[in-house]
Amino acid sequence: MKSLPIVFCGLFATLALSWAGILWQGQKQLGGLQPMSELYAIDPISNAARIESPQKDEPRHPEEPVGLAQQGKAQYISLGCVYCHTQQVRSQGRGADFERGWGNRQSVPRDYIRQERVLLGSSRTGPDLADFGQRIDSVNQLHAHLYNPQSEAPGSTMPPYAFLYQKRKIALNGEKSAGAIEFRDGFGPAEGYEIVPTRRAVALAAYLQSLKLDYSLPEARLPEKP
Amino acid sequence: MNSPSTEPLTAQSRLNEIDRSMQWPTILLLLSAVVWLLTATAFALLASVKSTQPGFLAGCEWLTYGRVWAAYLNSMIYGWGGNALFGVGLWILARLCRRPVPLPGMLLIGAMFWNLAVTIGVGGIIIGDMTSIEWLEMPAYAVPLLAFSSIILGVWGILVVRYGRPGPVYVSQLYVLGALFWFPWIYLTAQIFLVYEPARGVVQAMANMWYVHNLLGLWLIPAGLGAAYYLIPKISGRPIHSYYLASLGFWSLALLTGWGGMRHLAGGPVPAWFVTLGIVASVAMALPIAIAAVNHNVTVFGRWDQVAASPALRFVVFGTISYTLASLIAIAMALRSVSEVAQFTLMVQGQTHHMIYAFFTMTMFGAIYFMMPRLLNQPWPSAKLVQTHFWCSTVGIIIMLVALYAGGWIQGWQMNMPTLDNYGNPVHLNFLSIVQNTMPWLHARTVSILILGLGHLALAANLLWMVALAILSCKKALCPSNSKLVPETAVS
Ligand code: HEC
Repeated sequence: MKSLPIVFCGLFATLALSWAGILWQGQKQLGGLQPMSELYAIDPISNAARIESPQKDEPRHPEEPVGLAQQGKAQYISLGCVYCHTQQVRSQGRGADFERGWGNRQSVPRDYIRQERVLLGSSRTGPDLADFGQRIDSVNQLHAHLYNPQSEAPGSTMPPYAFLYQKRKIALNGEKSAGAIEFRDGFGPAEGYEIVPTRRAVALAAYLQSLKLDYSLPEARLPEKP
Repeated sequence: MNSPSTEPLTAQSRLNEIDRSMQWPTILLLLSAVVWLLTATAFALLASVKSTQPGFLAGCEWLTYGRVWAAYLNSMIYGWGGNALFGVGLWILARLCRRPVPLPGMLLIGAMFWNLAVTIGVGGIIIGDMTSIEWLEMPAYAVPLLAFSSIILGVWGILVVRYGRPGPVYVSQLYVLGALFWFPWIYLTAQIFLVYEPARGVVQAMANMWYVHNLLGLWLIPAGLGAAYYLIPKISGRPIHSYYLASLGFWSLALLTGWGGMRHLAGGPVPAWFVTLGIVASVAMALPIAIAAVNHNVTVFGRWDQVAASPALRFVVFGTISYTLASLIAIAMALRSVSEVAQFTLMVQGQTHHMIYAFFTMTMFGAIYFMMPRLLNQPWPSAKLVQTHFWCSTVGIIIMLVALYAGGWIQGWQMNMPTLDNYGNPVHLNFLSIVQNTMPWLHARTVSILILGLGHLALAANLLWMVALAILSCKKALCPSNSKLVPETAVS
């Protein structure tokens, strides 16, 4: 084929356009985003938000994830929760993310800058989890749900993650261990046994608790509390 | 020799010679493709059952829903899709180069490495090393081998074209070369942006959608279209409607596809102009889609007797018609008002399967039905099994697409749109009811996978039988000297 070089130039150029337009441009526009504190001012020249008086102790958002939550995220990744759960609150007026209580403000690019792996997700077989940490009633209930979703949400299609828990005989004196999970009636283990979360389950719960959109950013403010 | 068939006969024997020269590597690719197809079907069935019976085999961590689903996606795309794409695509390149191929050993090595990489990757997903990055779930340790083998196979394809007899470029060559050239690029880019040097924040999500969209649009789809452009004129004996349009279609597809993926991020945490661009590019895809529709379907239109007579053609035409439909639905789903409802629902899965299964897979089935008798010099042993395969696929696809599109639309509507309660206030259906309402559709999906699986078994049985027959009559069939020729337009 004589025209092979020309064909390859064409093949190269067509993909290079979207490569540059999306990845390179995206990196340029979003790759330099910095965490923000609540105190900022708008720079009149560049029209960008600036931290006004950087102080040592003032929290910057989003915050650095803690170690345990990071380990939990590894579980979330390895078990494939992303095929049923998104982690993004769409803008108000698009769908019903706000009405369903999945967040009080929309997610913005800056929310994700500290995440080594971004798990936006593309399927909502289950609810969005971007702001789940604010909806948790108790850690016990969260564990009961992960151990057997039917116990907290009858008819749920979420798979049970019982293999993240240990079934143990209750000690002879009849006292349960500190971490043992309390179940609703009819969902507990057999008499004389208790269910205790493994390290992996504890980490996963810590990760889910850490998913919060409870801070304001210049580009996405929380609604004023009444 | 004054018979009029002299000229076709030499062309015929040349094609035959080409088929011989790459016989075993191609057979290896096609057989592995079918093995992966069966594997993928088993994973799909298990995942689909689990999505309605979450307790099914739930105690086994390796078979938890998320991993089974990812294993299904990867064995379907890289296992079945990749093997079929390389097997069919490289064979088409070789045939269009009018000369027996060089270095068949390189092809064999590439094919073996590819399969080794996918095996390691899918195994890694099951044991818990997956990345949870869509369509890139295989753990990092499978990546170098997969990339390397795709480069070997791609370079081999380019060598074949370089080495070929001079002649006009046929549009199938463009499509196949495109697929071979683009894959390593998008794959390595995505791996770097997402795994090796993770980009900051949502740039990852953009890179992921760019990859997912291109893997479908610049890898599987061009391979399917290239195969259709080769097989339809070949089997029907009629030239393609317009060659000029065909290359226009190719270049517009190449130019537009790369941008379309951003539409999946509509409403999400990315700058709006990326999404807008994605939507515009998706709608502009109407041009290449219309061209493919005209070229493929007009060529066979009115020739239904031929379509009915040739099983290979029947599968390919089913595929090309599906391409048009799936693409039109993709355009509709790109529109903001539609995607507000359809986003994140079963409809997305429906559209992907429309493209990967009803178009790509069906076209590849057609190609396999055409190629195998010529590679082995052995007709398909059972016409009944071919019939069974076709009808199982047709019925299975219809059930699956109706279930996913209708179920997904209802799911999206209930999830996003309020209804009015007795006092006229907008209310949203509670989430568990939505989950329950998808159940009948998910059951239908399970049934459709069973039916499709039956068709796959028919294909596999026929294929094994055929290979066995060929091996039994080894001396006759596999020696190039006394091969009888299978004419190209013959009913395969
Ligand atoms: C097969 C799909 C599926 C998978 C996989 C899945 N979930 Fe779920 N999840 C659901 C569904 C459906 C619900 C809603 C019903 C319910 O609460 O159980 C849900 C609900 C939840 C909730 C409660 C949300 C709320 O707003 O109350 C949490 C937390 C959760 N899932 C976490 C996880 C984690 C962690 C994983 C992975 C280990 C996971 N899910 C895997 C389907 C899934």
